[in-house]
Amino acid sequence: MAERSFAREVEDLRLGEGEVFRGEGILAITKALLQSGVSYVGGYQGSPISHLMDVLADASDLLEELGAIYQSSASEATAAAMLSASVMYPLRGAVAWKSTVGTNVASDALANLASGGVTGGAMVIVGEDYGEGSSIMQERTHAFAMKSQMWLLDPRPDQECIVRLIEQGFELSEASNTPVMLEVRVRTCHMHGSFVCKDNVRPAFTLADALENPKRDLDRIVLPPAAYEHEQEKIKKRMPQAIEFIRSRKLNEWFGPEEGDVGIILQGGMYNGVIRALQYLGLSDAYGQTRIPLYVMNVTYPMIASEVEDFCRDKKAVLVVEEGQPEYLEQALSTVLRRSGIGARIGGKDVLPMGGDYTAKVLTDGVMAFLEREAPELLGNRSPIPDATPLLKAAPVAKLKEVVPSRPPGLCTGCPERPIFAAMKLVEEELGQHHVSADIGCHLFSILPPFNIGATTMGFGLGPASTAAFNVKAGKRSIAVMGDGGFWHNGLTSGIGNAVFNKHDGVFVIVDNFYSSATGGQDILSSRAFNKRRSTNNSIVEAVHGIGAKWVRQIDRTYDVGKMRATLKEALTTKEEGPKIIVASSECMLNKQRRVKPQINAAIKSGERVVKQRFGVDEDVCTGDHACMRLSGCPSLTLKKLDDPLRDDPVASIDNSCVACGNCGEVAEAAVLCPSFYRADVVHNPSRWDKIKAGMTMKLIRFLQDRRDRARAARRVAA
Amino acid sequence: MRDESVHLDIAPAGPATERPISIAIVAMGGQGGGVLTDWIVLLAEKQGWIAQSTSVPGVAQRTGATIYYVETMPPLDGRKPILSLMPTGGDVDVVIASEYMEAGRSILRGIVTPDRTTLIASDHRAFAVTEKIAPGDGIADDGAVLDAMKVAAKRTISFDMNELAVRNGSVISSAMFGALAASGMLPFAKDAFIEVIRSGGKGVEASVRTFEAAYARALAGEDGAAPAEPVALAPAASDSLPAGVASLPEAVREMAAKGWNKVVDFQDAAYGREYLDLVERVARLDQELGGGRHEYALTVNAAKYVANAMAYDDVIRVADLKTRAGRRARIEADLGVKGGQVLQTTEFMHPRAEEVVGLLPDGLARSIMAKPKLFDWIDRRVNKGRRIATYSLGSFLMLYAVGGLRGMRRRSYRHKLEVAHRDAWLEAALDAARRHYALGVEILKCRRLVKGYSDTHARGLSKFDRTMAGIRMISDRKDADQWARRLREAALRDPSGEALDGLVQTVSGFAEA
Repeated sequence: MAERSFAREVEDLRLGEGEVFRGEGILAITKALLQSGVSYVGGYQGSPISHLMDVLADASDLLEELGAIYQSSASEATAAAMLSASVMYPLRGAVAWKSTVGTNVASDALANLASGGVTGGAMVIVGEDYGEGSSIMQERTHAFAMKSQMWLLDPRPDQECIVRLIEQGFELSEASNTPVMLEVRVRTCHMHGSFVCKDNVRPAFTLADALENPKRDLDRIVLPPAAYEHEQEKIKKRMPQAIEFIRSRKLNEWFGPEEGDVGIILQGGMYNGVIRALQYLGLSDAYGQTRIPLYVMNVTYPMIASEVEDFCRDKKAVLVVEEGQPEYLEQALSTVLRRSGIGARIGGKDVLPMGGDYTAKVLTDGVMAFLEREAPELLGNRSPIPDATPLLKAAPVAKLKEVVPSRPPGLCTGCPERPIFAAMKLVEEELGQHHVSADIGCHLFSILPPFNIGATTMGFGLGPASTAAFNVKAGKRSIAVMGDGGFWHNGLTSGIGNAVFNKHDGVFVIVDNFYSSATGGQDILSSRAFNKRRSTNNSIVEAVHGIGAKWVRQIDRTYDVGKMRATLKEALTTKEEGPKIIVASSECMLNKQRRVKPQINAAIKSGERVVKQRFGVDEDVCTGDHACMRLSGCPSLTLKKLDDPLRDDPVASIDNSCVACGNCGEVAEAAVLCPSFYRADVVHNPSRWDKIKAGMTMKLIRFLQDRRDRARAARRVAA
Repeated sequence: MRDESVHLDIAPAGPATERPISIAIVAMGGQGGGVLTDWIVLLAEKQGWIAQSTSVPGVAQRTGATIYYVETMPPLDGRKPILSLMPTGGDVDVVIASEYMEAGRSILRGIVTPDRTTLIASDHRAFAVTEKIAPGDGIADDGAVLDAMKVAAKRTISFDMNELAVRNGSVISSAMFGALAASGMLPFAKDAFIEVIRSGGKGVEASVRTFEAAYARALAGEDGAAPAEPVALAPAASDSLPAGVASLPEAVREMAAKGWNKVVDFQDAAYGREYLDLVERVARLDQELGGGRHEYALTVNAAKYVANAMAYDDVIRVADLKTRAGRRARIEADLGVKGGQVLQTTEFMHPRAEEVVGLLPDGLARSIMAKPKLFDWIDRRVNKGRRIATYSLGSFLMLYAVGGLRGMRRRSYRHKLEVAHRDAWLEAALDAARRHYALGVEILKCRRLVKGYSDTHARGLSKFDRTMAGIRMISDRKDADQWARRLREAALRDPSGEALDGLVQTVSGFAEA
């Protein structure tokens, strides 16, 4: 079960013809798929696509009613291969993932799919994780579309437009026998908007129809000589068909006056930013009425030569607005204009930055520079443009820069991965620093303070594989960390299988927290929860045994820092050969709390005996050296300034968000830190025996305490 | 505003057009920024406006800094406005910050500008990891945020919205919504805001209560600030203080009283007398050195740090503190333990042979230390993690007994060590003060480096030693006090002492030169 439930929002997916949908972009995309009559949907979670997966999972009933299926795929490669259902059959299908990372994984299948071509509409929805807030390398999906020849849609960030493009995208795919990619940026996925709905469509031809009437065609299989034919088909047949469809159906859009000396050619996704920039320059109103002609490429590949020729023919100059590098559109435009002999000058990355977010500010500067060069009269009287730079130079603000601490994401309160890294840190103190390969997932936060563990990350599930070279006898062994998500995605074969086969001596830690946690708590093969639509509870330990690993240790409670440390030490020092595999299992605390909290509250309410725990710090015992925090970083373990002039440093303090995971106590004990920590157990609805025992004990304790309090007071008076 | 362009003598191409109201919400993952964003969108839509919100949650949902952005304006003749997906510096009407340093970060992002922005900020702090892990006081300076707000924001509404929300049984998003309503930046009636909250699901009443409280608090402005907490008085009434305190210079008395209290609480009246003797000795020297000119800094710091040195952290003190009645009362209040509920606490102790042997009388302890095999044998018996249920009878009696070993403390090996260390440090400080008053003060302050238990304590001592060694190298310089301060601050900066070692290196360079 995912972290966020879309059960209510899913009801909006049933809206019919003429009704208005209001909600998040991701839901609008899902609704568009249903309106397009898809038979199957798949994909792999990852921001900004996670919510799409969650929505689809929550919409399983609705999909079933429509005769369609949804699968959370094992990887993006699986999802891409799923589209092969559309090769021979008139089945529409869509898959989704985070890009470019997911597209990298899917490339093999995508290239094969695009070579042979499709019969039914096939669409890949990519969440373009580029710019601010991105968690991956900064690349463009555009390159993948070009190299495999798949049409790339980049609709304006407007739900009406996105929904229309999805519907037309399936038609385009069928008209040109080519898979289509739809690119949506992070903010667009999370954008709240609205559109007028159509009825959902039940596919006429079903998956069952296909299974019962199988078809094959040797010409569609990528093997010579068909592969050579595919290339010619792409050039001579599919490309012209696509261009014809895009032209006649007007997938691209024109705004502003028909005539003008200068114009702007832009990716659909850049539209809102460009309008805002023009507004700052006094060239558009807030409603998009622009004085500069715009050619909006809702399809960014292929470029429609005849359309851009028409747009550029009477112009002195055009500006290409295209985010990210390299400047594929600008290059394509140069070729088109050069071939046709149209003399319009091209502006683009000469006035706009080559890389990074195209914010309204960046676009304003770029458009202004372009207009200053090509048509300064349009800038008129130049009303002031919003600009914060003078303020940022003011002394108090400049000083603030030194003060505000960075706040990267980190492990949650009570995270079961924290004690694993605390143990690694303790082992590091004993045995020295080791080479650690990190992986993608929450556990990657180990690379930041306070742990500072992990040297590289090479891609999802590839932590173990990236220690492959360190397969030599040496004084120290390599350590690789991988999550359960990465393990099932590919790490079982690419990492563990590889290490077994090549007799790698390193240590491999598999962090098993029962969910795909970093992406929002989706279920995976080894999830412990029951899921009526999926098979869960498949053991990671059995899987690694199955692939041939011999030295395997399972830790059932990662919070046991002492055991974790001892196991790591053993793995690093044992004489046994081959990979040393540690499966460290405890439930993701975010998901556990979501699951357990209501149960506990209900139990207390109904009068059941419940022990609620929380940790605390005795502030007069704590000396404020913060050694505990350097082995934790838990949000609930924080600082408190004491109102005592004798004390200089703030002491440790645990706030009421503590979930009593136990890490503080375990670490204090294992690292021999200090006796400041205590765990407080409050028994709600205590039994009679609880009360009698506590009553009698406390009576005596209070007697002793009073005695000592009196003695202490007496000592003071004696002075 | 920037205007470097050449002005052309022609009319503007178009009228300066109307812009949407823009609201940026800066928050940390899990703080309800998403809920607040949805409320604002719903509010605007209910009034017939077009509203667009965006966010970049990504992995920032895991406690990192994140930003939500809303733009809204009415449609024009059925035409929808084209709204931006991210804030532009210099063009944001309202910034709502759910934490004080995040308010600071929003200023650094340029989205708070004096001609336009109303900044609504909760002034409570959630500390970042880098602030927490400093061995000293790594907490960022709030004053810097306040100073920047004064120049950056057109108007600021700032109070502890977190505390207000918790007090009213809700979460910060309701309080921020209330402050937004009170700001008047959205031209909608207060009832429209409340209606939006009521259309939601859980905790509606508490949310409305919090909204109302925040609304009132924001309107009240500075005058509405809650009265400052009464300053905690020294635990002891002045009449029970010994005469020695009263005879000290005025500037020293409060610190000396607190110090005396701490020392007597740690041991007994005789120990308190010993403390005052030391402080009085420093005070006499201070007089000779004309300490009045320095507000008796030497004596004030001696009063502070000698008390800390004398009330060192040993097993007896820990056991005593853990078994006090006041301690249990504090935990009960902290957790809100109600009658009919039963409280138990578990201590996480990890004693080593050092602690046990340290308790023994000096001679005996030394003879044990001289026999490594015996010492190791003791360590093997003692050195392991022990979890002790404080309020079960057996464990309590054990802790209570250890807490009562005060009688043997002054003969113990640990005490002899502490006294020797204390005397050497104090002598060094006073010695320096005679030649360079400020340097003496700085040396006293180095006591701050000695803290923690077991390994941490050992590391602290080693840093103290290295710092003192560094100070000795430059003690003849005129600016020795400044170097001493730099050395101490370097020692507090990182746990490994790398910064300190680097500075000692620099300092030893001067010594050679």
